[in-house]
Amino acid sequence: MDGPKVVFTIPIFGGLDITETVVIGWFVILIVLLVSLYLTSGLRKIPNTKHQILAEMLVGFVNNTVKKAMGERFMYFAPYIAALLLYSLLGSLVSLLGLRSVTADLNTTVAMALVTFVLITYFKIKTNGMWGYIKSFGSPIVLLAPLNIISEIATPLSMSFRMFGNIAGGSIITSLLYMALGAASKALHLSFTFGSFRLDAVQLFTPAVLSIYFDLFTGCIQAYIFAMLTMVNVSMAADKS
Amino acid sequence: MEKAIVLGCSAIGAGLAMIAGLGPGIGEGYAVGKTIESIARQPEAQGDCTRTMFIGVAMAESTGIYSLIIALVLLFANPLIKKL
Repeated sequence: MDGPKVVFTIPIFGGLDITETVVIGWFVILIVLLVSLYLTSGLRKIPNTKHQILAEMLVGFVNNTVKKAMGERFMYFAPYIAALLLYSLLGSLVSLLGLRSVTADLNTTVAMALVTFVLITYFKIKTNGMWGYIKSFGSPIVLLAPLNIISEIATPLSMSFRMFGNIAGGSIITSLLYMALGAASKALHLSFTFGSFRLDAVQLFTPAVLSIYFDLFTGCIQAYIFAMLTMVNVSMAADKS
Repeated sequence: MEKAIVLGCSAIGAGLAMIAGLGPGIGEGYAVGKTIESIARQPEAQGDCTRTMFIGVAMAESTGIYSLIIALVLLFANPLIKKL
């Protein structure tokens, strides 16, 4: 398995490579925008259209989750959490269309985890003050400061690695399975060639079962867990230590 | 020759790194089993139990994921080859 392909290069700063991940990410953002515009078009006080009921279900789900995980005082986080959920969910699910998952790139997940890290640090400084934040590294004794710094960095690191590892590992296993099935259909003489198009008969249908687990289940669970960990960490940071 | 040795040892190392998958497997199985026990005892708390379990399972998974990352680095972006 190779890394994401470079689609084109912007000739500034000695060549900025725009990879597949970024381009598919733009499409995901566009899809999120279009879906949101469609779902919120023609809103009525008493919903009688299907798309409004779906939109209310989605918003209600996110609001409930935020209320349970963070409490009433953080309700203004709901839009950010919804955006995070939708982007990471659709970014993982594009692999169902045969595209490369946006979240199978460490850059994407590190960027999302860095936002969480900035939020955590912001809320820690806001509740304890700058001096209290610096002092919290020396607790319980100053000798443990290196360990405290490591544990502070470990949060975004583990969040980004978890998402990347799950999605990338799944896509690697799926591509290995495709290679194995291709070899199997060659060995069984079930490989047919129509001009430039090759059909390996064993490759049909079998990977669909694994795809349900690795693409659908893992994508949904990881998106949910990422949003959940963001909420838990931020609301923990806002509590007085 | 040197390259072949480094590549072979990297492949062995990647395989050995994935032994770490044992720990999260046992831990997650234990967590899920306990969750099912508590749901069976108190079915109305299913939503809360499942949500908490997923977060715990995701936490327990990180060590396995770290080893997966090391295996992936050894296989696809080997830093040792460049040192030859």
